[in-house]
Formats: sequence, structure tokens, C-alpha cells
Amino acid sequence: MAKADFEVPVLQPYAEIPPVRTGTMSHSKPYVAKEDFQKPLGFPGELVDDWQDKAIDKMGDLLTRYRSLRVYLDSCVKCGSCTDKCHYYLGTKDPNNMPVGRQDLMRKVYRRYFTLAGRFFPKLVGASDFTREVLDEWYSYFHQCSQCRRCSVFCPYGIDTAEISMAAREIMDSIGVGQKYCNEIIGKVYKIGNNLGLPGPALEDTLEGLEEDVFDETGVKVRYPIDEEGAEILLVTPSADFFAEPHVDGLIGYGKVLHEAGVSWTLSTHASEAANFGMFIGSYDNMRRLARRIREAAIQLGVKRIVFGECGHAWRVAYSFLNTLAGPWDFLDPRYPVPQHICEFTHDLIERGKLQFDKSENDEMVLTYHDSCNVARASRMGDRPGGQFDIPRAIIRATCNNFYEMEEETIRDRTFCCGGGGGLLTDDLMELRVKGAMPRVQALNNVMKEKGVTHMAMICAICKSQFTKVIPYYGMEMEQVVSLHQLVSNAIVLTPQEQDEEDGELSHEAA
Amino acid sequence: MSFVSGFYAFLFYFALVILIAGLVNKLIQYARAPAPLKIPTTPAPTTSGGVVLRMVREVVFFESLFRGNKWIWIFGWIFHFGLLLVTLRHLRYLIDPVWLPIEFIQPFGIYGGMAMVVGLVGLWARRVLVDRVRYITSPSDHLILLLLILIGLSGLSMTYVVHTDIIAVKNFFIGLYSFQVNPLPEDPLLLVHLSLVAALTIIFPYSKLLHAPGLFFSPSRNQVDNPREKRHVAPWAERLEQE
Repeated sequence: MAKADFEVPVLQPYAEIPPVRTGTMSHSKPYVAKEDFQKPLGFPGELVDDWQDKAIDKMGDLLTRYRSLRVYLDSCVKCGSCTDKCHYYLGTKDPNNMPVGRQDLMRKVYRRYFTLAGRFFPKLVGASDFTREVLDEWYSYFHQCSQCRRCSVFCPYGIDTAEISMAAREIMDSIGVGQKYCNEIIGKVYKIGNNLGLPGPALEDTLEGLEEDVFDETGVKVRYPIDEEGAEILLVTPSADFFAEPHVDGLIGYGKVLHEAGVSWTLSTHASEAANFGMFIGSYDNMRRLARRIREAAIQLGVKRIVFGECGHAWRVAYSFLNTLAGPWDFLDPRYPVPQHICEFTHDLIERGKLQFDKSENDEMVLTYHDSCNVARASRMGDRPGGQFDIPRAIIRATCNNFYEMEEETIRDRTFCCGGGGGLLTDDLMELRVKGAMPRVQALNNVMKEKGVTHMAMICAICKSQFTKVIPYYGMEMEQVVSLHQLVSNAIVLTPQEQDEEDGELSHEAA
Repeated sequence: MSFVSGFYAFLFYFALVILIAGLVNKLIQYARAPAPLKIPTTPAPTTSGGVVLRMVREVVFFESLFRGNKWIWIFGWIFHFGLLLVTLRHLRYLIDPVWLPIEFIQPFGIYGGMAMVVGLVGLWARRVLVDRVRYITSPSDHLILLLLILIGLSGLSMTYVVHTDIIAVKNFFIGLYSFQVNPLPEDPLLLVHLSLVAALTIIFPYSKLLHAPGLFFSPSRNQVDNPREKRHVAPWAERLEQE
């Protein structure tokens, strides 16, 4: 069991709503970004002199640019429906981690400067000046929101705390108070092409290694091409897929599926990152700049289709925002949605009977499936609402014999965040991450006890990294976390091609 | 014209002007701020017809609240449905001749008044008894509950305790349409009731009562889930395209 210098929550057989404990997480703060990490994103390097005025101006600007912000700040009636829905509240008991508590940190400033009631009767409506203390509260608690949108499901007005924490981070960035983790990573994408800062040659090396591994294991030459002009499909995947476990097993799986599909495909060094941390910091400009790298790569490589690998918020940006940020996609094949999720791609092949599986290959595992928040509540797969739930499950059922759901209130659109999303997947927030994972880990623990589940599959790079790191705190093994396409990879029956015995290069020409 | 009638005539004109001005101002604010990105909470309808259905379920049944918390839902729904019946019942003081459906609804309006008070008391109890809700409650939240409960109780009292001259009340309001100030009965209960209603009208556009129009503008509820099929670009974002 991993050691912690804080109290790890005790898992219960039934979910409990904890009593309010004020200030339990007020000490939690991620590292502040230094000037080097702020400048490349167009933000001031340190707290600007007239930061109060600048922040209020920025808030005023965002209120005219984002209807969500204005409507959500006005509409809350403090009914309390959201108060027990946030995994960070359930794990930390801190009332500022209740969605409405978090929103109120901004709402009290909004009311003070932008509403009549707050201007004249601040005490009456809980309005407050934007003081240094309030800014510190903002920095702490708006970095305790993983933007998972679970609160928005249960709000009678659909108030989405993610929108408010994104705006708060944008306001803080604009006065020079950025978060190191997110902003450093965005800078790396601009400079090198991906979050992990892996240069092209390193990627090529890794992919070559994968080809050898798969060939050694299966005797079939599956290719993992990068920067191949004229390929049919551009695969954009989170850079963690190139190195991290169990992510890379997912990447191996995508390659095998694409191999069986008999379609040419390629990765890109320029767009070697599906993730888009511009969303986490609420910066339309940075999100757009990151998204347009994918457009540039698609044009440069002359592909006809774009497929995204397993990544939660990346799929939100891809599915919901890519057309807005980097479209129109009129130069791509109109017969396919742009972009497609690798699960949609795989599922389609399964439906058409193009893939053969030996399910027994996964028999040593009893699986459950974790719906990743951004996929579940901010995107779709397939052409029907809820396809984002059904398609991954259909793939699991096609590739595994043993599958059980977790408790109903913790799956599908009521799924719990892994606790590491929204730009919080950093070691300086470990306490928050461990505590925030509690509701999900508790549901996992229960299904392990009741159904003998051994592994949890998922389709998000952040979820995978987060769980492998935090479930050991709860006495579980990091190996219990698996990629969905790892299951596909295990079970898929590859078709040996004639060229496999000959020179591998020819096979591409034939395809 | 007595001072009281004149004062209340002025009060209701004033309240109506404030309500309309404040509400129009808010609606313009909401309508002019674009939603630059597609952010419906999914699963979401893929057609506008589906969105209309989703909104109807939210407005009529409080669907999301039902999923969120059954206690708040039951009290909240009882209150709002009661308020609807009460409002419909009161239309008979504002229109002449009275429409048949409004005549039909009269007895139910009284039950509505009772339901309203029951719902409000339930909601208030939660504010006091549930620690999480107590934490998020401001003085204004208590005051609005107090205001609504007093409106309900003063109204019910006129039905069950001390009647007022309802014909005269109607004459007073009908007269206001043509800027005539007819005498208003000077019963204390009626005057309290009307003052509180005027107060509610005035604070509507400056308080959390904005949740009523807000719901219709909420992007997480009113957007169609079709971002791959249809490109969605806000006017201010379009300027970035030209660069």
C-alpha cells in the first residue's frame, strides 16, 4: 500500500454523504507557473500591479463572451441538489468543494461588481470584494475542480461548474496567476508537439519497438507508422499512449484494429498529442491554437479521415469543439464523421463482422468499465445519444467473457471522475487526487467484493494515469487498470498476410 | 381617490415598470452573449425537437432535480405547481370577462395556495436542518422564502379568516388598465398581501428569481448535440478566423 502523509478515506460498502467540515482543503494549492511558462501562452509572467481592476475587467469581458457564465452566475437558487454530487466534496468534506460552494467563490465577486443587489446590499446576498484572500481561495479551490460536469447533470438549470472554474482560471491567468502544470504542458506542445515533450525521433523509436514486440508475440507484421504522407487515416492519440502503462497497450490495440481493417494510417509528430489542456485553463485562444495543429497535420499529410485514440477530455474537444476550433473539414472524406473515436471505428468493424476475437484470451480478468467524465457527459459516440456508454461496453462484451457493471448511480452519465482530470494530474495535488478518487474506488471495491471483479477498463489517458497512481493508496494494484483497446489487443485474431514472411515494406504498398 | 388607492396604484405601475425594464435588460444580456462552444450535458438530444422535449421535461417535471434529490424535488415541485394554480386563479382579478378555464380552476387555486405554503415550509426546513444547504444559504435566501410564505398566508387568510371586497379589488386592477384609480378596500390583510406581491415583482429581475428565464438560456440544456454535423462559431470567434 502506498504511503500517504494525509488521511486516506476508508472505503465503505455504501455511499455516505459526509458532514460539512470547513477548510479541510484550504491548504491545497498547485505550484504557480513561473514567467517562462506564462509567456508562451500570452499571459503576464507574474501578478500584475492593478490585478484587481484587471481581473474585474476580464470577468466583465467573459460575461459578454460566454452566455453560460452569465446565466449560471445569475440562476442558482441554492437548492442544494448539487451539494453531495462532487467527488471532491465526498472525499474531502470541504464545503467549498460542493459545486455550489465552489461557484459561490466566483458568484460573490460577480454579485459585488456586476449586480445591483450586490453593490448596495453585499451582506444580504453574500457578495464580496475581490481581495487577496478571495484570489487565494480562487487559486486553491478552482484547482480542486476536475471539470467533470457531474454537478451539471443534477442541477435543475444545468449549471456547469466546469464553465465557472474555466472562467476563473482564465481570469487568474490574465492577471499573471497561472498553474504551472497546465501551462508548462501547453508550452511543450507548442515547442515539441506533445504534452510529454517527446521529440519525433523518440516517437519513431518507440513505434519501431512496438512493431517488433507485436511481431515477436504474434508473428504478424503490424505497422505503427508516423508522418506517412498519403495515408488514409490520421490517428491522434494522447502522448501518454507512447510510453505509459497501461496506455501503450491501448495503442498496440489500435494498431492491430487498423491492421485488420486493411486501411492505411499514420500518426503525426506535429499532432502527436490528442490532449488539449487549453480547455482546462478556459482559454479559447490556446485551445484553438492547440486544435489547429491537428488541422495542419491533416493537411500536410493529405489524410482523408481523422481518428482519435482513448482520451477523455481530448474526445470532448475533438467531438464537441474541433469543428468549431479547427474546421471546416471539407477536405476530408465526407462519408465519415470528423473526427471519429477509435471505439466508433472498432465497433463499426465488429458490427460488420470484420474482426475475429478469441475472448478466452481475456479470461484471466473479470472486468468492469469506468465511464470517463468528459466522454460520458460532454460528448457522444455513434449516431444516438448514449452511444458513448453503449459502444465501449459493446466492445468489452465482444472481447471478454467476464464483465460486471459498478453501482448504477456511479456509471454512465452519473459516473464519478477519476479525481485527476481538469489539469489536476500533478504530484503537488496528490492529497486531492487520492481523496477525490474515493467515490469511484469505493464503487470499484464493492464490485470487486461482490462480483469478483479484478480489472477496470477505461478509455482516458488521465484516468489511466490517475488510477495507476492512486489505487495503491487504497490497497489495490496498479495492474488492475487496463486500456479498453488492450482487451481488444489481447483477443483479436490477426490475419497473417502473405507479405509477413517477405519484406514488410511491400505490405504497405499493397494496402 | 383615497391616499391608499393612489399609493397602491402607483406601487403597481412602478413594480411593473421595474419588472419589465429589469427583465428586458437581463434577457438582452443573455441573448447577446453567445455560447461559443457546444456544451450540452450529454446524452443530449440530436435534434431541435428533442431539445424542446428536454426543456419541457425540465420546466414541467424538474427532471434533473428529480435525479438529484427527491426531497428538494417534491417540495420544490409542490411549491411551483401550487404557485402556478394560484397565479391562474388570480387571473380572474385581472381579466374581464373571465375565461372559462380560469373559472374552472378557481377551487384548485385554493389548494394551490396551500400546496405553495407546504412546499415552501419544506424547502425552508431543509435550509435549516441540512448542514450542506445551511452552509450555502445567504440572508437573502431566507428573506425570499419568508416573502413567499407571507404572500401565501395573507392570501389564504382572506379566503378563510377575514374576507375582503373582491369585486372592489377587481375593479381597482381593471381600472389600472385605463389609468383609472378605483377605490381599493383598505383591509390590512389585503394591503399587506398586495405590498408583498409588489415587492416580489420588483426584486424578480435582481435576484435568484432569474432562474426562471435563466433555464431557457442554459447552454447545457438548450443546445442540440450535433457539433460534428454542423459547425458552430460565435461572432467574436469568427474574427479569429480572419486572422
